[in-house]
Amino acid sequence: MDGLGMRRRHPGLNLPDDPDHIREQDENDVFGFWIFLMSDAVLFALLFAIYGTMLRGTAGAPGPAQIFKIGPAFIETMLLLSSTFTFGMASIALKRDARNKRLVFWLVATLLLGLGFLGMEINDFAGMVAQHATPERSGFLSAFFVLVGMHGLHVSIGSLWMVVMLVQLATIGRDHKVEINLIRLSLFWHFLDIVWIAIFSVVYLQGLLR
Amino acid sequence: MTEPGIWHFLLGNLSWHALPFVRAWRDPSVSEVIGAAAAAIVVLGAVALFVVITRFGKWRYLWSEWVISLDHKKIGIMYIILAGIMLTRALIEAVLMRTQQAVAINASGVVGPNHFAQLFSTHGTIMIFFMAMPFLTGLINYVMPLQIGARDMAFPYLNSVGLWLTVSGALLMMVSLVVGQFSTGGWSGYPPFTELSFNPGPGPDYWIWAVTLSSIGSTTVGINIACTLYKMRAPGMAWMRMPLFCWTALCTAILMIFAMPPLTVATLLLAADRYAGMHFFTVGHGGNMMNYVNLFWLFGHPEVYILILPAFGVYSEVISAFSSKELYGYTSLVVATAAIAVLSFTVWLHHFFTMGQSADINAFFGIATMTIGVPTGVKIYDWIWTMFRGRVRFTPPMLLSIAFMMTFVLGGFTGIILATPPLDFMFHNTLFLVAHFHNMLIGGLLYGLLAGYMYWFPKAFGFRLNEAWGRISVCCWVGGFYLAFMPLYVLGAAGLARRTQEIFDPAFRPWLIVALCGALVLFAALISLFVQLYVSIRDRDHNRVPVGDPWDARGLEWSIAAPPPEWNFVTIPHVGNRDAFYWRKRNQGAYRPADHYRDIELPKDTACGVIIGLAAGVCGFGLVWHIWWMAVLCLAVIVATVILRAFERDVTRIIPAARVEAVDRQWLAQAEAAQPTPREREQSAENQGLAQWMA
Repeated sequence: MDGLGMRRRHPGLNLPDDPDHIREQDENDVFGFWIFLMSDAVLFALLFAIYGTMLRGTAGAPGPAQIFKIGPAFIETMLLLSSTFTFGMASIALKRDARNKRLVFWLVATLLLGLGFLGMEINDFAGMVAQHATPERSGFLSAFFVLVGMHGLHVSIGSLWMVVMLVQLATIGRDHKVEINLIRLSLFWHFLDIVWIAIFSVVYLQGLLR
Repeated sequence: MTEPGIWHFLLGNLSWHALPFVRAWRDPSVSEVIGAAAAAIVVLGAVALFVVITRFGKWRYLWSEWVISLDHKKIGIMYIILAGIMLTRALIEAVLMRTQQAVAINASGVVGPNHFAQLFSTHGTIMIFFMAMPFLTGLINYVMPLQIGARDMAFPYLNSVGLWLTVSGALLMMVSLVVGQFSTGGWSGYPPFTELSFNPGPGPDYWIWAVTLSSIGSTTVGINIACTLYKMRAPGMAWMRMPLFCWTALCTAILMIFAMPPLTVATLLLAADRYAGMHFFTVGHGGNMMNYVNLFWLFGHPEVYILILPAFGVYSEVISAFSSKELYGYTSLVVATAAIAVLSFTVWLHHFFTMGQSADINAFFGIATMTIGVPTGVKIYDWIWTMFRGRVRFTPPMLLSIAFMMTFVLGGFTGIILATPPLDFMFHNTLFLVAHFHNMLIGGLLYGLLAGYMYWFPKAFGFRLNEAWGRISVCCWVGGFYLAFMPLYVLGAAGLARRTQEIFDPAFRPWLIVALCGALVLFAALISLFVQLYVSIRDRDHNRVPVGDPWDARGLEWSIAAPPPEWNFVTIPHVGNRDAFYWRKRNQGAYRPADHYRDIELPKDTACGVIIGLAAGVCGFGLVWHIWWMAVLCLAVIVATVILRAFERDVTRIIPAARVEAVDRQWLAQAEAAQPTPREREQSAENQGLAQWMA
């Protein structure tokens, strides 16, 4: 078998080629995570649909134009997009660099960007609550807080997961389970980025256009 | 009493009044006494179970052999045991409801309106989420990996988590009998009735958390089954060589992956309304209950096919085995299964034709609904042609399959009636609908699950089930169904609304009494099922089929010992065609020792699954009663368990080759010594699980 054929043995695994190592279980682990993400995507799709039908349900409470601020939302978008880039660099380090230094550097950078995003989002929410735009005031606000909050919850889980991975890199090192979990975390992280792009365009941009 | 003190912190909204015994003491009406008696049965049952297990010193055995096991076979069996327990409760509730309607004609009957509403809510919730789902999940869990030549599911640990989440949901259902009350909102839990303003008690919260646990559990099951089928088929097991049961399992799994999230979203948003004062489905404040109805049925309709497809798979296996014929029209059955799975997402609106959409939309969904009849009809013809000129044996599973074909077609016809929007405006919300979906679920799903249970039981436990009691049970299931539900068609067409606690037209009385008799016959069917199990266990030494192929069947699951060793296959088989084992045994390929016996790696048992599942259940209980510390603590336990498990590296164990060889050679010696059984004597003690086949 030529080198190309070898590389294609596990096309879903973004890891160095090791012709001696058949990674069937690893392939399952990554594939199963893709399936989970499909299920999670359905969850977000439904929340988007609910949000769309609730746009008019403001019931006298503040609507999109009053509570959304394009500045912070744009910075949040930039933070999350940069974190996708840094995680991309971490994935390259995982594949190409046997040492942990670069990998850890890029993971920490991703984590900091993610935490920055979360901090800004919490600040946004606090500002809205200060304007008395709380989720119990109208159907629209409920839908907004649950959709964006669900994404924020996912980012929090992703950040906790990243902390766990950093601890594992420090204590266990890079065994194949750590590698597989980093691949899964990267899928999760990029997925959340895509969801955020949808939130930015559907929730914030459209809300401010109206 | 109500001052916010330490007791309120510790116990939330719990009070003495939550206990049905206290309620029955204060108000000794028949309805309350029945509630207290049901609670007493649950408590006494739990205590009796505890005493029996302690008396026989079986705690350690249960814990280490079953509870923490990651073996897909044991997990499958535990799912089916759960289904059996829950079936018993929900069937008793059904008898009680039929009794109520038969006697409450211009009278108040035996249970009050609130109690009656709890009965139909728990009956539906249990039958769907804690009887049907665990039963089919258990069957798939047990059989599917054996059929595709795998040693386990793709994610054994996730499998255990899914099981214990489901068990926790079922435990919440049981606890709701003893502490507090269950929802009165039906199995579908429509708001705004289930919102805080109309239903402030713990009932809807019990429903929300029990269903949410089951829903999350089923999502994990779907991911697991799909990944197993995609990735772990034995070499040579191409898609079109899979047994049909695997195809139905795959389609069901895909439906679970896509259709369970809508349910999770629906219940969680309802919880957001009830716990955080939000306004998703409330009246006013911009809430819109139609969103709930759409979400629920976006789950609910695919759910119908999640339930029925595995049953179709079972019938395909059973009819082919007991007709000694290759499955007729395999390809068309596969295509029909996939078509049903796809179409199932295009019909959810027929559950609420009357709720205000335009006639055009109703017409679209009505036609889409009728379209599903086409692939289903294809299947019925395929099964009939499979039997045609076959060597048909009327074993209990086969009888169930034949009864299914008759009954299901009947239910399909009434389904066409309901799928026609103008007719649905007449029949919706009447007993006609109740009769229709019981026609599909008993005559389709339950017969299939029971057929699967009887068909694969010898494989799982190594001895046949008693056929005589099996026939008695089948007769009762079939006769009971017709007696109980045909009258409901009549009553529904005459305009009797479903979920009616008291009836004011004496003309309905005879039909209701016939239906009650039917319910009692169905209860007798359940009892005879248990008697069959008891008799079979008692006589197990006469009915052993250790060689593992009692029916001269076709799939790989029959090519190994009964019960199978925990590693399933000594060597992963290579598959060259459909019906792999049938072909192999006719070509001198079966019952041969392996060329080399190798060490086998299996997943190591772990308590993490049961810890996560039970913590989720206790968390649900804390949420129901607003015991916040309990909910937060359990959530922390779950997160900690997940993280700690991620640090565990010692997750597999090795079965040494010597042990594999010893067990395998012992089985081969049994196969060597066994007398091949011809088909006409397969239901006698002569059957040792080695089939006699014509060369």
